[in-house]
Amino acid sequence: MAINPDYLGREYPAPEAYEVTRGKIREFAEAINDLNPAYLDKASAKALGYADVIAPPTFPVILGMAGSALALADPDLGVDFSRVVHGDQSFRYSRPLRAGDVLSTVTRITDIKVLGGNELITMETVAEAADGEHVVTAGMMLVVRGS
Amino acid sequence: MSRISHSDVEVGTQIPEQTFPVRRLDLVRYAGASGDFNPIHWNERFAKSVGLPNVIAHGMFTMAEAGRVVTDWTGDPGSVVDYSVRFSAPVVVPDDDEGAEITVAGKVKAKHEDGTVTVLLTARSGGAKVLAKASAIVRLPQ
Repeated sequence: MAINPDYLGREYPAPEAYEVTRGKIREFAEAINDLNPAYLDKASAKALGYADVIAPPTFPVILGMAGSALALADPDLGVDFSRVVHGDQSFRYSRPLRAGDVLSTVTRITDIKVLGGNELITMETVAEAADGEHVVTAGMMLVVRGS
Repeated sequence: MSRISHSDVEVGTQIPEQTFPVRRLDLVRYAGASGDFNPIHWNERFAKSVGLPNVIAHGMFTMAEAGRVVTDWTGDPGSVVDYSVRFSAPVVVPDDDEGAEITVAGKVKAKHEDGTVTVLLTARSGGAKVLAKASAIVRLPQ
């Protein structure tokens, strides 16, 4: 199965905004075994200058995964999910995510190529706050391993 | 938590190395928290059927642990303005009580006039380099 090159540039807006909550930040922080007080305790976050607890730097992968899932769910894109591994990941922040953020996201397919028997698909998810402020851009490249 | 400032660091400043455990339970918990339920991260039968040596850790779990070395060092996890990695080898996680380990170190590669510094990271597990081109840009107080 080959990835359909016609999908280059295609955009997938999330059907609804993602609300960042204290409980979800805590769950994610516990899952990565990182109990930094800025993630868990509002007073500690305020001492660093934030209005509420902030999310770990890799937290927005949740938004990127949801966006990529929208693309990968399309059978005409031609990605065999059982052969997918994560190739690379990046985050470019305007500011950290914080509890109370309501983020709208759009995921775009930015590159499709074949390399050494594998297929590579690159996607970028841009997250903006309710007032249109850019918060983070998450980029991910997935490798569809050749069989 | 103590915070470092831009004037405290120079090109070549070392970031304290840390080692993190990764067990099957960590992967199950991470799957739930992140929403990444790809069975290669928890189902040995499936992982082997697609040609992997065993269950492998989510790359994003490794990226989170590596990033923690930076945020523990700066004292402010909101200081990260850019963070990127390439996953160069899988972290293979056996089904026992010890699991695997990820060892992360870093050093300051560049100091910028806008108050940021670039940190290069290395991450190893089971003798393999599991991240490549791993770097973070962090903004430090003056």
